[in-house]
Amino acid sequence: MLLQRHGSSAKCMSSRHSRQSLMSSRRGSLSVTRSQKKQIMMWEALREAIDEEMEKDPTVCVMGEDVGHYGGSYKVTFGLYKKYGDMRVLDTPICENGFMGMGIGAAMTGLRPIVEGMNMGFLLLAFNQISNNCGMLHYTSGGQYKTPVVIRGPGGVGRQLGAEHSQRLESYFQSIPGVQLVACSTVANSKALLKSAIRSENPIIFFEHVLLYNIKGDAGGPDVYQSLESAELVREGTDVSIFTYSRMRYVVMQAAQELEKKGYNPEVIDLISLKPFDMDTISKSVRKTRRVIIVEECMKTGGIGASLSAVINESLFNDLDHEVVRLSSQDVPTAYAYELEAATIVQPSQVVEAVERVVGSKLAYV
Amino acid sequence: MYLIRLKESLSCQSISTYAWGCLRQISTSLKTQDDGSGTNYIDLPGGKVPLTGNLTFIGGPLQGPRIATYRTVDMTGRPVDGAHVPNNLDREISIKIYKTMATLQTMDTLFYEAQRQGRFSFYLTSQGEEATTVGSAAALHPEDIVFAQYREQGVLLWRGYTLAQFSNQLFGNNKDPGKGRQMPIHYGSKELNYHTISSPLATQLPHAVGAAYALKLSGSNAVTVAYFGEGAASEGDAHAAFNFAATLEVPCVFICRNNGYAISTPASEQYRGDGIVARGPMYGISAIRVDGGDVRAMYNAVREARQMAVASCRPVLVEAMSYRSGHHSTSDDSSRYRTTDEMRSWRARDPVARFRYWVQLQDWWSDKEEQAMRVTTRQQVLEAMEEAAKVPKASVSEMFTDVYSGPHLPWNLEEQYANTLKALEESPELKPSDMPIVSQ
Repeated sequence: MLLQRHGSSAKCMSSRHSRQSLMSSRRGSLSVTRSQKKQIMMWEALREAIDEEMEKDPTVCVMGEDVGHYGGSYKVTFGLYKKYGDMRVLDTPICENGFMGMGIGAAMTGLRPIVEGMNMGFLLLAFNQISNNCGMLHYTSGGQYKTPVVIRGPGGVGRQLGAEHSQRLESYFQSIPGVQLVACSTVANSKALLKSAIRSENPIIFFEHVLLYNIKGDAGGPDVYQSLESAELVREGTDVSIFTYSRMRYVVMQAAQELEKKGYNPEVIDLISLKPFDMDTISKSVRKTRRVIIVEECMKTGGIGASLSAVINESLFNDLDHEVVRLSSQDVPTAYAYELEAATIVQPSQVVEAVERVVGSKLAYV
Repeated sequence: MYLIRLKESLSCQSISTYAWGCLRQISTSLKTQDDGSGTNYIDLPGGKVPLTGNLTFIGGPLQGPRIATYRTVDMTGRPVDGAHVPNNLDREISIKIYKTMATLQTMDTLFYEAQRQGRFSFYLTSQGEEATTVGSAAALHPEDIVFAQYREQGVLLWRGYTLAQFSNQLFGNNKDPGKGRQMPIHYGSKELNYHTISSPLATQLPHAVGAAYALKLSGSNAVTVAYFGEGAASEGDAHAAFNFAATLEVPCVFICRNNGYAISTPASEQYRGDGIVARGPMYGISAIRVDGGDVRAMYNAVREARQMAVASCRPVLVEAMSYRSGHHSTSDDSSRYRTTDEMRSWRARDPVARFRYWVQLQDWWSDKEEQAMRVTTRQQVLEAMEEAAKVPKASVSEMFTDVYSGPHLPWNLEEQYANTLKALEESPELKPSDMPIVSQ
């Protein structure tokens, strides 16, 4: 079947006619429902967030490769083009720097674009637009121009996709002045955070993880938003503060189960905001436990942990009883082979070992 | 189109056997695919393509005549017979354009000299391109959004940016709308729909496409206009912007200032095709080549391009051929890479003089008025600079604002601001005397 495109020969006021699509007829219609009291998957939660915000605000739009008729590489924009049209859920030609720049230009002209990188790693091609323009233009224009974009996409390790599809970009982006970095981790916070990111006046780089799209959980309703600058307390504890984010939250919690059996009581905090750090929550925890382990998926060199470790060292030195320990990915390209991939990232057993090392041995419970 | 369905485990041989069977079946029907002109064609996802038995390549290094350049006056300013001029400029607009071009020339000269005297760090002139910028600007509407490269101060001047505003930006004082954050010539004015200049080349082209997309969504009748040089047109962003604008069908006018040089790189080393105009058809974009030193030609071409962009909601490309008479910037000495003869011959074809000749030919301007205007304009520029030099610099307190939107600083910037203030308290000599700590 041919994909037919009707260009608008009339004035620009008429919207582009929708295309016939073989794919959409095979999938059938997907009704867009509000969040009900049943568990949904993270990709559905993200989709709800986008749908709700697009419905509330006509300036919200989505652009990227295959976001429209295809519905996005992880279905986050699935079916939205049917409700909002081809123009507001815009399929672009392949050029990351091109559509990133386009999103920035649109943002400076009053829209609120959500720009999707098909895989976060590809956004390295958009680095110039993200740093020199997105991050800087509000400042260099003296506040005349805003860039309220959300830059999002799947990243992280775990699907044996090889080095170029397993990038963690938080370390590369963290130095850019003017952007905020947010990493979601649960169904609930993914929806609430994405809604807040869309409403924010600042450019937000929103990190999703490939292995988390299908986790199930409860999501909030259309009026539930979450602060982009606040960390989440996952497990209250006393022995050690474990700071983590994204999928590593689950790795840490898996280790926590093991640690509980051994008599340990770790405090687990999901950073959520990778830039700026929620120093209120972080320092409160450090003052309580006096020991810090950072568990992250980005590379050790120049990672989020490197920055956080330096900040904790500078501002909480006298509150520490042990040097800050970082558990990070190896400084190697992520291999395709299953065992090598697993050896590249932090595993629960390493978290357990690190806690035992940092806290010291616990007396047996006998 | 035939969907080939594969069984679970299919060996290479069975695939080829199956395909062979299909092909033999459809080969007869393929022969009959004819569009009526006697040519065969293939139906592909990208459209129908005709078939041929000729093994011929198209394109290759430039041979034969190049795409012609639209002009309405000759190099002296005399009108050319038979030129198509849909909009002959009237007296009022011609005088306004001429005065703007002359002011631009004066302003460029004096600001350049001021930089040489060490009054600010950097400047670049648009000498030789006054007709390109002012002529095109005159054809636009005030609500059209301009995304410029860095040599388009003529557009800003036309739109009403004052000599005071130019001077404030150059001196980086607290009256600069950019709050002293950008280096000289990186002007920006939301009021005049002129986006703040960003140094890396061609990054503004995708912005222009995005802004045009926003205009299209809102149902506006305005266009976006992206200015760039022939050197910047080599950047990846330029190619992406052309393709995106055409594919997504947005009202964006691309104006290329082909001024012959990208710092020291002559245009002959910048591309192998026929300049920038020839790229238009490759992207599905209507394009025209214009004499960038001819005001009437620039005005008419851009006016026409704008109308096309609005009426059919698609991009249009204008390549303005001119010559960069001045150095690239105050950091450059172009005598190192071009001859004085070449520069002199182009000074003789100065666009301001050419237009002055034409305007005087219409009896709308005189030598006497010229002299008076030059004296007054020079005075005005010098006064604006004197005033701007007296205004205090943007304050230290503005160093950390606007990194993010909103009144509150994140904790790391608050901390850094506090440390900066502390350092200034301990060593006040770190701060220039004309820079306050807090905005007045």
